[in-house]
Amino acid sequence: MAPEIGTFALTLALGLALVQVVLPLAGATCRRSAWMAVAAPAAWGQLACIALAYVCLSYSFVTHDFSVLFVANNSNTALPFFYRVAGVWGGHEGSLLLWMFVLAVWTVAVAAWSRPLPTVFRARVLGILGLVSVGFIAFTLFTSNPFERIFPVPADGRDLNPLLQDPGMVIHPPLLYIGYVGLAVPFALSIAALLGGRLDAAWARWSRPWTLVAWLFLGIGIALGSWWAYKELGWGGWWFWDPVENASLMPWLVATALIHSLAVTEKRGTFKAWTILLAITGFTLALLGTFLVRSGALTSVHAFANDPTRGLFLLAFMLVVIGGSLFLYALRARQIRNDVAFSLFSRETFLLANNVLLMVACAAVLLGTLYPLALEALGLGKISVGPPYFNSVFVPLALGLAFLIGIGHLVAWRRGDPLAVARRLRTAALAAMTLAAVIVWALSDTAQLVVIVTVSLALWIVLSTVVGIRDRLQRRSGPLLERLVQIPRGYYGMHLAHVGLAVSMVGIAVVTSHEVEAFHRIGPGESVEAAGYTWHFEGVRTVEGPNFQAVEGRVAVTRKDRLITVLFPQKRHYPVRDEVMTQAGISAGLGRDLFATLGDQVGGGDWVVRLHYKPLVRWIWLGAILMAAGAALAASDRRYQLSLRQPAPAPIYDDGREAVGRS
Amino acid sequence: MKFAIPLLLFLLIAALLAAGMNIDTSRVPSPFIGKPLPAVEMPDLHEPGSRFATDRLPGHDSVSLLNVWATWCPPCREEHPVFLDIADHVPIYGINYKDDREDALDWLKRLGNPYVAVGYDSDGLVGIDLGVYGVPETYVVDGRGIIRHKHVGAVTQDVYEEQLRPVIEEVRRQEVRP
Repeated sequence: MAPEIGTFALTLALGLALVQVVLPLAGATCRRSAWMAVAAPAAWGQLACIALAYVCLSYSFVTHDFSVLFVANNSNTALPFFYRVAGVWGGHEGSLLLWMFVLAVWTVAVAAWSRPLPTVFRARVLGILGLVSVGFIAFTLFTSNPFERIFPVPADGRDLNPLLQDPGMVIHPPLLYIGYVGLAVPFALSIAALLGGRLDAAWARWSRPWTLVAWLFLGIGIALGSWWAYKELGWGGWWFWDPVENASLMPWLVATALIHSLAVTEKRGTFKAWTILLAITGFTLALLGTFLVRSGALTSVHAFANDPTRGLFLLAFMLVVIGGSLFLYALRARQIRNDVAFSLFSRETFLLANNVLLMVACAAVLLGTLYPLALEALGLGKISVGPPYFNSVFVPLALGLAFLIGIGHLVAWRRGDPLAVARRLRTAALAAMTLAAVIVWALSDTAQLVVIVTVSLALWIVLSTVVGIRDRLQRRSGPLLERLVQIPRGYYGMHLAHVGLAVSMVGIAVVTSHEVEAFHRIGPGESVEAAGYTWHFEGVRTVEGPNFQAVEGRVAVTRKDRLITVLFPQKRHYPVRDEVMTQAGISAGLGRDLFATLGDQVGGGDWVVRLHYKPLVRWIWLGAILMAAGAALAASDRRYQLSLRQPAPAPIYDDGREAVGRS
Repeated sequence: MKFAIPLLLFLLIAALLAAGMNIDTSRVPSPFIGKPLPAVEMPDLHEPGSRFATDRLPGHDSVSLLNVWATWCPPCREEHPVFLDIADHVPIYGINYKDDREDALDWLKRLGNPYVAVGYDSDGLVGIDLGVYGVPETYVVDGRGIIRHKHVGAVTQDVYEEQLRPVIEEVRRQEVRP
């Protein structure tokens, strides 16, 4: 019964989504407030229906209803409860349901907080979000219904992919989807602005927190994926430049650019057309990511079942939504006027440089991802683009960006004073370089230039942040604590995110250059030396999991006869899918990870054991957490809450000039 | 006009994606046919100390198959039993691609090893020389090291009977004739 209710709820949701598109958009054009007023209730109704469908599928999972094809393919009677609940997004069909659910939540959030906005604008935003929803619900119902039944009903399911049976994997997709789908909000805001011609500081201010929150979740989602790959794939890597990883990185890069470009649009009333284009591009890339994973156009580790009809449907949908948006952009962008000119040395220029670097990085990733496809489409053969290409493009861009971060926030809007900025940063620059050299030389015997450069740029960002906050404090008087509180949260958020980037960069540079990997054949009771540690292999025992059997090794790690940690790497066998997974034994630390994986048993009771020493690898994810915290802090800035509460100014067919005064 | 550039770029990419979907991924890319198999070298999967080279596959005087595979690739599992079946009829060489050595060895131990020898291309660099784009890929290579056929995707029983076997037999007839 539950599957039928689920299908019915989805069909109903499709109907409501159609209503949410047609009536509000038509109402906005014909100025019928009754039609426009339908948008918010339709969004709520849609959320209720999709939530119901979601509950139905979860119910089928939890109760082991193997007459549902999707459940039979992704669950098993022995699968623990936790993974049965998460199994909903363990495959293509169910993950779409999650996608739609997240979109419905975002839409309702927009509906709930957009009351102060002009009715016409609000109706358009909700209508466009509804259009995205229509596409995805139709896609699900017509090509990938998660409630499809099978007959005869199998006695047991084929189990959830063992790779996904990990806590990191359980939360990675939902957070990533919240980020992906969240980019639909700035997209809808931009299209509504293009339709109505309302493109002022208030519009930008209203778009900023939404973009920040989407960016926050996208970043956390990507970081979780990387963390999961690190501990679950067993080879100690944390980024693979896999097409699907690239598909999530590209929207993140564009959203980063968008956050900065929105700042300029809000504060200075310029970069307007560019901001709109970035918002459209960000969502396009999120859709492109969805397309790439599911169409079969690219091969990847994240193999979903591929089906050409699905690809065709998504492509057609992208043509309508994105093609339509860019067509609208081509028509309307000409009328957008930017307000003020700025000189070469100004905050605007630095943010422009930021945008250029980020977009070049994004274009490079896009090129590397699509180039093989292009060559093949043109009949020029098949190639593979690997990490060497991406690394050689990405590293210089990231270093350049880090350098600019240190300066940009100290430069005044419109016209900065290069000498004054240089004076303020002189000490920071010198200190960063000297400290970096000293630290790197002191802590390692083989210092590489790229590590010194990265560490000094990271210190540069941190010190320049200190300079920025100190100067701000000096401009006010009163007790220190009061002055600290007076600085807006957005400012702290920006610096926190920048420091997060610095932390991640140091982690990446150090772990890449200084990791040690050793591959040993070793018998129980024997020891090996690697990376300055003694790794003592004490033997193995068998462990019985809920739906797997495992061989667990015991590796005691000592240094100068002092026990540091004991690692328990496992080799798990999942009988239902007959798959073997390695579960690394990891001792995590801020300074280093010790990491052991258990390989094969070879002759004479020996085992192949792989040992890793990973200095500062945690910093990569710590930086991601700081960036997310920075975004959260910035999004909670009081100005945005005020702009949510206060009625926005009446819509103007924008020539922008009025907008500046208000910002 | 400059505001239409994004639209044009997008349409270009969309056309590319459409073409990408229509590519029959099992079709042979024409530039490879009749060309010698690129000579690449990599460590042997079983014995990291010794080398595996495509230009001197051991016993390389008659037609053979070269299969690129990985443990993380579901279609590879699908085609594996087919290779076990045909291993007696034609020598099969393997290249283990972007994989974990232990996982790969474990896979062969559990599922059976149809390969005469397996090269280990851990980071996919060799794959670039060979033009590997997706796994699995299977080449039919004749006694002179010329690629006679390339199949992308799983070699199912049908694919073997209908596509690979005719090529193998044709090459054999030619080689008997000289």
